Amino acid sequence: MDRRIRVLIGKPGLDGHDRGAKIITRALRDAGMEVIYTGIRQTPDQIAQAAIQEAVDIIGLSSLSGAHGVLFPKVVEILRKRGAGDILVFGGGIIPNDDIPKLKKAGIKAIFQPGTSTEDIVTFIRANVKNT
Amino acid sequence: MNKTDDKRKFMTSSGIEVKSCYTQGDLEAFGFDPDRDLGYPGQYPYTRGIDPEMYRNNPWVMGQYAGFGTAEAANERFKFILSQGATGFSLALDLPTQLGYDSDHPLSQGEVGKIGVAIDSLKDMEMIFDGIRLDRVKHIRTTANAIGPVALAMFIALCEKQEADPGQTQIIIQNDVLKEFVARGTQIFPPRPSLEFAVDAIEYSAKRFPNWQPLMVSGYHYRDAGANAVQEVAFTFANAIAYIELALKRGVAIDDIAPMIRVHFGAHMDLFEEVAKLRASRRMWAEMMNNYGAKKAESLLFRHHSGTIGGTLVAQQPLLNIARVTIEALSAILGGSQSLRTSSYDEAYAIPTEEAEMIAIRTQQVIAYESGITRTVDPLAGSYYVETLTNEIETRVKKYLKKIDEMGGAVAAIENGFIEREIADHSYQSQMEIQNGSRVVVGLNRFTSREEVKIRTFKVKASTEKKQIQSLKRLRKERDNRAVRERLGDLRKAAGEKTNLVEPILAAVKAYATVQEICDVIREVAGEYRSMPGAV
Repeated sequence: MDRRIRVLIGKPGLDGHDRGAKIITRALRDAGMEVIYTGIRQTPDQIAQAAIQEAVDIIGLSSLSGAHGVLFPKVVEILRKRGAGDILVFGGGIIPNDDIPKLKKAGIKAIFQPGTSTEDIVTFIRANVKNT
Repeated sequence: MNKTDDKRKFMTSSGIEVKSCYTQGDLEAFGFDPDRDLGYPGQYPYTRGIDPEMYRNNPWVMGQYAGFGTAEAANERFKFILSQGATGFSLALDLPTQLGYDSDHPLSQGEVGKIGVAIDSLKDMEMIFDGIRLDRVKHIRTTANAIGPVALAMFIALCEKQEADPGQTQIIIQNDVLKEFVARGTQIFPPRPSLEFAVDAIEYSAKRFPNWQPLMVSGYHYRDAGANAVQEVAFTFANAIAYIELALKRGVAIDDIAPMIRVHFGAHMDLFEEVAKLRASRRMWAEMMNNYGAKKAESLLFRHHSGTIGGTLVAQQPLLNIARVTIEALSAILGGSQSLRTSSYDEAYAIPTEEAEMIAIRTQQVIAYESGITRTVDPLAGSYYVETLTNEIETRVKKYLKKIDEMGGAVAAIENGFIEREIADHSYQSQMEIQNGSRVVVGLNRFTSREEVKIRTFKVKASTEKKQIQSLKRLRKERDNRAVRERLGDLRKAAGEKTNLVEPILAAVKAYATVQEICDVIREVAGEYRSMPGAV
């Protein structure tokens, strides 16, 4: 079955810095995936809703304002509540090392910090979406 | 660059091709005329600097960006900064404040006090400035953009409360809402009403507070969003033109508008191109103001603040960022900036720690007092290479400006996605160059080391949000709510009549209406920006 991987890139919260989100969107598209970018300023609810509606395999969340600790787990929580816990979630942005274990425990599959190559994200998505 | 590959083209970060050697012939090729193109420092066209003596009299203003948490925490921090001899500071606002949401709005969750201080009402301003008289602080900058006129009203109200002399302080409000639609993302209303609202602050200040600066047009955020040097200048100037022309249309004189404008640029890694960028900008700005018919000399001066670009900082081997910031800061000073903010080496991880912030300030002091580059004005003038680059940047910026003008100006170029697309293209291209190794970033794609980074990061107190919401709830109970409703009613009426809104906002602010209550009234009348999938 050669279905293209579907990805939603979301910007939860009020942070408007989306250079990274845009670069990831384009790089994943260039890698042959179907990518939807929500635009800035989305609530966790809107992101989960869009992901379910668009039947994506995986969600990438980006935040640079320090609100990741509240917002990323919330997206996972809403997905689970709506029976869409099979949609994987990863995140990126200005995220201190100390916060990563907590985020992973809350169900975020991976965190990509500044300097990550888009190729690493492509590899991560291919490996994880195929396995599920 | 790869030395063995002789056929390879050498390019600046803006894609200007660079030759192996520059000579007099290159200057002659574009008709370089030092009298016309450079003049002397402090003289038209100000290519060499806006002051004849520049840093020989005084070094630039070393202004850092700070403020976080609650009003009490910010008050303590600012008192500390002032006790250390600082003459001014910047008041960073948290995102809910910048976006016109109260601290207890559902969208504010997790963001209160995070990247700046939370201001729900004048009460918070009174607390932030408790024991700090406005007329004893020389200048205060804020990142209020979409809420520019609300911030202006807050400072006016505070001045009145403290019985401080507004002529003795300088309030600098960023108020550059147009760039928010492309780069920074704190727009509240659609572009056209946003522009009108921003110009309300300019028009009002021109009449009442001519020494304040109600506009800081900012290319910095375009640059941090991935724009190159030419795009940064072109898109910033296009926005400046939009503000100026609307203010002129409202009958404000160019000589009243121009001296109130400051420009905020990024300082990037490409040293000579950055110097050329600032020199070309001064020349173009003076020419532009001259063409608007400015008569006063101060109207022609391109006053600019530089900030080293956060996006060039790398998480791997973070101490190397100190070297990067030094080079970027050098470019700003060799280029003649009036003020400079330097980044902290740990910014790729979190809000800076005090130690990292100290190194950032000390870096500026080393440049100012040890390097000797401040001894003479515009030391790179006459360099075949730098003059050629200066000319080339001017030519390319003017080409962009013509194109934007033909589209109908900056607002049209924002609405049709042109500016966003141009920046996104360049940003993606740079990232791909880093990934394929043609653009070297030390520690990231070359000379990497495997050591795990151990870095101490700064954290905002978890109790901040709760405390802020408690005091907001107390305010709503204690204030005269009938007066608030009346003042908001007056504001609604003024917004419907499309008159200048600063006066009615000031009345609402004094009645302790919240930033959100004020913005909600304008949202009803002007409409609200709706997030759309961006150009990617």
